[in-house]
Amino acid sequence: MGVSGKPAELLEIESVLDDQVPVIRRFTGGGTVIVDHGTVFVTFICNKEAVPNLQPYPRPIMSWSSSLYSKVFQGIGDFHLRENDYVFGNHKFGGNAQSITKNRWIHHTSFLWDFNVQNMSYLKHPKRAPAYRSARSHLDFICRMKDYMPRSTFMDKTVEATETQFSLRPIQLEAIRTCTEAEFCPSSRFLTNEELEAAAVALQ
Amino acid sequence: MALRMWASSTANALKISCSSKPNVSLAFSLSRCFSTVLDGLKYANSHEWVKHEGPVATIGITDHAQDHLGEVVFVELPEPGGSVSQGKGFGAVESVKATSDINSPISGEVVEVNSKLSETPGLINSSPYADGWMIKVKPSSPSELESLMGSKEYTKFCEEEDASH
Repeated sequence: MGVSGKPAELLEIESVLDDQVPVIRRFTGGGTVIVDHGTVFVTFICNKEAVPNLQPYPRPIMSWSSSLYSKVFQGIGDFHLRENDYVFGNHKFGGNAQSITKNRWIHHTSFLWDFNVQNMSYLKHPKRAPAYRSARSHLDFICRMKDYMPRSTFMDKTVEATETQFSLRPIQLEAIRTCTEAEFCPSSRFLTNEELEAAAVALQ
Repeated sequence: MALRMWASSTANALKISCSSKPNVSLAFSLSRCFSTVLDGLKYANSHEWVKHEGPVATIGITDHAQDHLGEVVFVELPEPGGSVSQGKGFGAVESVKATSDINSPISGEVVEVNSKLSETPGLINSSPYADGWMIKVKPSSPSELESLMGSKEYTKFCEEEDASH
């Protein structure tokens, strides 16, 4: 869930509690996504000057990232940025979120590689939905990325597209973990059962 | 680009203030709405304004900032009694899919917070210098105000920023 998400509005709380689905509130804006074993996350964490001539505001950053992904999806499935989502045609397969501070910004995308129809039923139809959704149900609104491109191709092409803008070097996840400052306290956190239950009660 | 710079200077010279509509139809079909800058306020280069009146300073974000951020849907503000430091973040706004930090132009103690913003965060878009005020602060170092920009300087700063991107 995004930073300001209200569980009662976004989740079918009873099912979430019954099935003990963990709910994480992240520090970036944006909506709610189901994360499963196939979800691909791509995150850009940039200093303000990292991208020349880019103003550190939501729409310019969104526009920059979509032009990068246009290279990845060239010739495939009619890719574009539609309002704030990545779509093939008018079906969403990537959701975006950002956080912008004085000197840095983060833009991350969760790519819907595949999904389990049952899992989608944990999500309510959000109050704030993009106009192009046109009141479609979840299943009519989204599509699976795996139907468009092999997973390794997506990763290779994303790396290739990123290399047109930055110099890249691979790094092991363990190396990142060990250099994290001891005092760093992530603000992203699990919502407790108590919080979810309270939200369900408040709704009634 | 030259046309936009000319129009920007003209708009400011005429003190034209624009609402937060993203596209204003002018004679020359310009696609950018030019931001309002008020005299009498001080401005930070992170696009916050401060109005110092006696023992209290009121802080918010500028018209330029709200226009670039888009529709604000959520605001996170500190509690009264907390402290703020010049140049450091004190809260955030959510717009589009982003949370964006708000930084304090001055240091001091938070004495009041605009509670209307939790129900109507859009006041930041519709009235960034009045109803969309964010916090009131008792300044701890009033001399900090001297390091901030005046209205003319800030107007130029915004024009240069927009022109270079």
